[in-house]
Amino acid sequence: MSTKVVRIGCGAGFSGDRIEPAVELAQRGALDYLVFECLAERTIALAQKSKLQNAGLGYDPLLVERMTAVLPACVANGVKIISNMGAANPVAACQRTAEVARSLGLSGLTIAAVEGDDVTALLRGSNADLGDASGGPLESGRIISANAYVGCGPIRDALRLGADIVLTGRVADPSLFVGPLMYEFDWAEDDWPRLGQATLIGHLLECAGQLTGGYFADPGLKDVQGLARLGFPLAEVEADGAAIVTKLAGTGGLVSVATCKEQLLYEVQDPAAYVTPDVVADFSGVTFQQVADDRVRIGGAGGRPRPEALKVSIGYHDGFIGEGQMSYAGSGAVDRARLALEIVEERLRLTGVSLRESRYDLIGVNSVCADLQNAPTPPEVRIRVAGRTRTLEDALRIGREVETLYTNGPAGGGGATSSAREVVAIVSTLLPRERVVPSIGIEAV
Amino acid sequence: MKLRQLAHCRTGDKGDNSNVSVIVYRSEDYPLIEKYVTAGRIRAQLRGQVRGEVIRYCLPALGALNFVLHDALMGGVTRSLALDPHGKCISGIILDLELPGP
Repeated sequence: MSTKVVRIGCGAGFSGDRIEPAVELAQRGALDYLVFECLAERTIALAQKSKLQNAGLGYDPLLVERMTAVLPACVANGVKIISNMGAANPVAACQRTAEVARSLGLSGLTIAAVEGDDVTALLRGSNADLGDASGGPLESGRIISANAYVGCGPIRDALRLGADIVLTGRVADPSLFVGPLMYEFDWAEDDWPRLGQATLIGHLLECAGQLTGGYFADPGLKDVQGLARLGFPLAEVEADGAAIVTKLAGTGGLVSVATCKEQLLYEVQDPAAYVTPDVVADFSGVTFQQVADDRVRIGGAGGRPRPEALKVSIGYHDGFIGEGQMSYAGSGAVDRARLALEIVEERLRLTGVSLRESRYDLIGVNSVCADLQNAPTPPEVRIRVAGRTRTLEDALRIGREVETLYTNGPAGGGGATSSAREVVAIVSTLLPRERVVPSIGIEAV
Repeated sequence: MKLRQLAHCRTGDKGDNSNVSVIVYRSEDYPLIEKYVTAGRIRAQLRGQVRGEVIRYCLPALGALNFVLHDALMGGVTRSLALDPHGKCISGIILDLELPGP
């Protein structure tokens, strides 16, 4: 009797991520599950705003494009899809996905919406003293959205109901992976060591290309081939939670002990206490072993009982940010730029512009870190890609391709885009677990 | 000798905190970075950016250190005025730390 192995891949590490690596995984990854993690902290508040304007919106803006690209291969190969692309409106996301399936001539699909993370009404109605990020009171009128981080339970339940596609709102990122693994291996909700191990798998995979050599390259020190054709990761998971992480042959990138270690500690505070709604995972004893090219065996994560309270992210109106940029070059450029900043600062004061907070940067000198010691020359380099196109769609693609360098390009890049915009900020609070009641809706095609 | 000759780094953000991993290429170099890459030196290197406490977690089995930099991101990615609101570029600055060496 062969040991059961579940193959689970990650098709997106953020909302704007590349699409064709997911198609490759669906086509030739022999996957059981393909997970798309597309919901950053603030994204759900922006989605809530768009839902308020149109009750049929509020899901991920690239939902239709992604589903159109991956559904044919997923259906043909029996790959189930799990994603938080439901954002502020999982039910509408299910309906749109059903429409995409029908338009592609696909049928026999069960699509599940996981709801219940939206606790906006609960927070607005509560008498809790909430504070905003600048230390002032957060009045209920400024609250746009409040969403609890739901765990793996409702995803497992949706799969038990026969779902082929599960679309959620706010779910803890690793739980998108823990849910299907718990379902496949029938793990108990208090099997803390296995849930810790599954959370490790989810944490490593959830940023997609950041495990497979994206955001890692540093020429001469850490060379990675084929970043423009970076393959996204998959894990081969066994019943005890041990796994091998890898990527498809023929794709660009690298899966090594070093790429795994960088992703292990990414966005982690105390490595011995990585808190999710499912478990308090312990990554301090994690082991990595290179067993073949682009294949790393992972193990050694532990787990302790899950927290009683759930984290809630509150999106709220936080005023506006205005920004302007101008460049100076050649001899004396720094002196002219400093003079320009002094003039602007004085003009803002003279004309009575009320600034709650401000900063004046010389990009390429000190915008990344002020008062830098032992700076190399030049201390900063900023790329700008601009192109003339015939269509808006083509123009949008230029910026999107630069943006994907975040999780797919060389190490340590940051700070894409600039504009004038309304600010939606996020603060966090905690809510007792029993106040958050997930529910599941089903759409059949 | 710069830290980047011995180790690599990745930065992440959680609210107004930044975290920076420092991972040695060769496990035999771990004692050196544990000795010299202290929370105090990280704080000094980033004194224009980090306003709060710096906490270090040691992971000798992985050959890694994890630093949590409190109050480091001008309120966090959703409201920061910084050009790099995630603080992702911090990794490159940390790797320029000077170490005693050959």
